Amino acid sequence: MDHRPEARAKNDTFCIPYYLEVAMRFARALTLATLTAFSASCQSKQEAQPAAPAPAAAPAPAPASDKIVIGHVGSMTGSEATFGTSTDNAIKLAIEEQNKKGGVKGKQLVLKTLDDGGKPEEAAVAATRLVTQDKVAVLLGEVASSRSLAMAPIADSNQVPMITPTSTNPRVTKDGPKTRPYVFRACFIDPFQGTVMAKFATEKKITKVAVFRDVGNDYSVGLADFFTKTFQELGGKIVVDESYKAGDQDFKSQLTSIKNKKPQGIYVPGYYTDVALIARQARELGIKVPLMGGDGWDSSKLYEIAKGALDGSYFSNHYTDEDPSPVVQDFVKRYKAAYGAVPDALAVLGYDAALVAFDAMERAKDLTGPSIRDAIEQTKGFQGVSGVITLDADHNPVKPAVVLGIEKNKPHYAATISP
Amino acid sequence: MRALRLVSQSLLPFVAGLAVLSMISKGLSGSWAIVLMVAGINIILAVSLNVVNGFTGQFSIGHAGFMAVGAYTAAKITMALRFVQIAGISSDASDQLFFLLALVAGMVAAAVAGLLVGAPSLRLRGDYLAIVTLGFNEIIRVIIENTPFLGQATGISGLPRLTNFVWVGMGVVATVVMAKRLAESTHGRALLAIREDEIAAEAMGVDTTSYKVRAFVIASAFAGLAGGLLVHLIQLCTPRSFTFIKSFEVVVMVVLGGMGSVTGSILAALVLSLALEGLREVQEFRMVMYALLLIVLMLTRPTGIFGTREIWDILPKWGRHRAQGAAGGSP
Repeated sequence: MDHRPEARAKNDTFCIPYYLEVAMRFARALTLATLTAFSASCQSKQEAQPAAPAPAAAPAPAPASDKIVIGHVGSMTGSEATFGTSTDNAIKLAIEEQNKKGGVKGKQLVLKTLDDGGKPEEAAVAATRLVTQDKVAVLLGEVASSRSLAMAPIADSNQVPMITPTSTNPRVTKDGPKTRPYVFRACFIDPFQGTVMAKFATEKKITKVAVFRDVGNDYSVGLADFFTKTFQELGGKIVVDESYKAGDQDFKSQLTSIKNKKPQGIYVPGYYTDVALIARQARELGIKVPLMGGDGWDSSKLYEIAKGALDGSYFSNHYTDEDPSPVVQDFVKRYKAAYGAVPDALAVLGYDAALVAFDAMERAKDLTGPSIRDAIEQTKGFQGVSGVITLDADHNPVKPAVVLGIEKNKPHYAATISP
Repeated sequence: MRALRLVSQSLLPFVAGLAVLSMISKGLSGSWAIVLMVAGINIILAVSLNVVNGFTGQFSIGHAGFMAVGAYTAAKITMALRFVQIAGISSDASDQLFFLLALVAGMVAAAVAGLLVGAPSLRLRGDYLAIVTLGFNEIIRVIIENTPFLGQATGISGLPRLTNFVWVGMGVVATVVMAKRLAESTHGRALLAIREDEIAAEAMGVDTTSYKVRAFVIASAFAGLAGGLLVHLIQLCTPRSFTFIKSFEVVVMVVLGGMGSVTGSILAALVLSLALEGLREVQEFRMVMYALLLIVLMLTRPTGIFGTREIWDILPKWGRHRAQGAAGGSP
C-alpha cells in the first residue's frame, strides 16, 4: 500500500510545465542560500562570543555573565556507566556546596554534563561542544584515559583548562615529549599504581607473581607493564603473563595455565566486572592465592558479582572511606546525605578535580582560559579529600596511595604507600 | 568533444563541492563543524557499505575493520611525515599534500584488506559472509591490540588535526558520486542483478563472485577513507573506535535508509548522527531513545526510509523531470 501514490505518479501522463521546474530549481537555490545564511549566522555568534571573556577582566563584571559554566564529559551510558555517574554526582555536590558558599568570585556555578557513551570519538565531540557552544570555563573529565586522550587536544587548541579526575595513563597530559599546557589531573599515574602494588607485594613476601592483563585496555596494559618492571627490579619473578579481553565470560584456560605455574599471587589490573568473574572462576579452579589489582576494581558491583571470591585479595586505590582523617569522614557524611551511598574513589577524585578548579578560578586574576590555567598549574599543598595535592611539572599530583584488602566481601584499609 | 564532456561531468561535483564546502566551512566553526564532520564520516561509511549490503545484497558487518586498516595506515604515514616538509611550498600546504597521500594510502590498504577478505569469502552467501566479516573485524582489532608498532590498546595519540570540513565534504562527494555512477553503470546493473536473484544473474552470464569482490573492494576502500578522516579529526587512533559496535551502527544506517538507496543512506546517517548528538543532553536515556527511534522507524517502514528507491522517486513530480532530464542527457 506504500507504493500506491508513487505508482499513480508514474502512470500519470500529466506533464509538469516548464515553469514548475524553474520553480523547483529556484527552491533548491533558496535552500542552499538558507543553509549558507544559517552557517553565516553561526559564524557571527561564534565571533561575538570570544570577545566576552576580555571585558570580564574589567573591574565591573557584566551582569549578563553572572554564571560560570563548568563542563563535564562523562560515560553516563555504556559499559563503564557507574564511573561516569559517580564522578558526575560528586561534581554536582561540589558545585552545590561552592554555590552555597557564594560561588567563585561572586558568581554562581552551573554544571553542564554531556554523555560520551564510553567512546573516544564521542568524547571529542562532547568536549568540543562544551568548549565552543557552552563556553565552559573549565572542562572536567574523562574518567578513562582513552577518552581523555581524545579530549586533551581540544582543551589545548581552545585554551580551556581540563582536569581529568581519574585518567591514570601518563600520556594524557603529554603531547609527545612536551607537557600539554591545558591538561591536568587529580589522580596519580599508572607507573605509580603499578609501583605501589609491586612494593606492597614485595613487603608481603610474595616473590612469584602471574600477570593477567586486559590487552584491550590501555589502563590495564599500563599498570601491568609498570608492575612487572618494578616487581622485577625489587627481585620478584613474573612466572607467566596471560591476557584476556574485557567482556570475556570464560577465563578458565588462562587461569589453568596460571595455576600450573604455581604463583603466590596474580596481578589482575582490570575493570570490576571482569575481575569479579576472574576471581570466581579462579576459586572454582582451586586457585587460592591472593589477586592484586588497581583502582579499576573500585565499584560496589565488584562485590556483588564476586560474592566473596575476592577475599584475601588486595588493590591499590586513591582513597578509602575507612580513612579516619576528618576531611574524608566529613566528605563521606555529606555524600551519603546527598546520594545515600558511600562514595567510591571516582566520586572522591571527581570532587577533588572540581575543588582544584574552583580554587584555581578563585586565585586566577580573571576567568579567561590562560589565567585559570596558570592558577591551576600553581596548585600547591591543596587539601583535597584524597590527600594533599601539589601538581608537578608534568601536571600530575604528588600524593600517596592506599592499598585495600578484601575481607568478607568488603574492602578494608591495609596500608598507605608514599611515592 | 565527448571525452571533454565526460571529464567535465565527472569533475563538476568536485569543483562545485569544493567551492560550496569552503564557503560553508568559513562560516562554520566549533561544535557544529565537528558534529557535521562526524555525520559526514558516517555518510561515507553508510553509502560505501550500501554498495555491498544494498546494491549487491550481501550482508557485511565488518565495515569498522576496514575503517581501522585505513585509519592506522593513514595515521602511521602522517606520524612518520609529521616533521617533513616539501620544499618550495608552505608547511600547511605540504601537510595537506601528505594528508592526501596518507588518505589514499589508507584507501589502498583497506582495499587490499577487502580483497584478501572478499576473494575467499564472497563465494559464500548470506549469513556466512556476515560471520566472516564480523570475524575479520575482530581479528583486525585483536592484531592492533597486540602489536606494539600500532600502539596496542592505547593506540596512536598526538596526531595532527588535518581533517577539516572541506576534507570530509569532499570525501562525502567522492563517495556519493562513486555510488551513483556505479549504480548507473554496467557494473551496477550486474550488482543489482545479483541482489535480485543470484542464480538468474549467473545464468545470464554475470560472473557473480568477481562482481561481488569488486563491490566489496570498493566499499572497503571508502571505509578506509572514513577511518583516515576520523582519526585525524579526533587526533587519536585507538582500536576502541573500530569495534563491531561501530560496524553495527553503520549497518543500522544502511538498513534504516533503505538497502540500495544512496540518498536513503545519506539521510539515515545524518538523522542518526544528529539525533545521537541532540539526545546527548538526556544522558542515561539517550540509548533508550535511540533504540526507540529505531524500533518505531523499522515498524512503520520495514524497508527503510526509502526502500530501494532514491529521494527523487519518492518526491514524484520533481523526480519525473529529473529522471527525464537524466535519460535525455546520458546517451
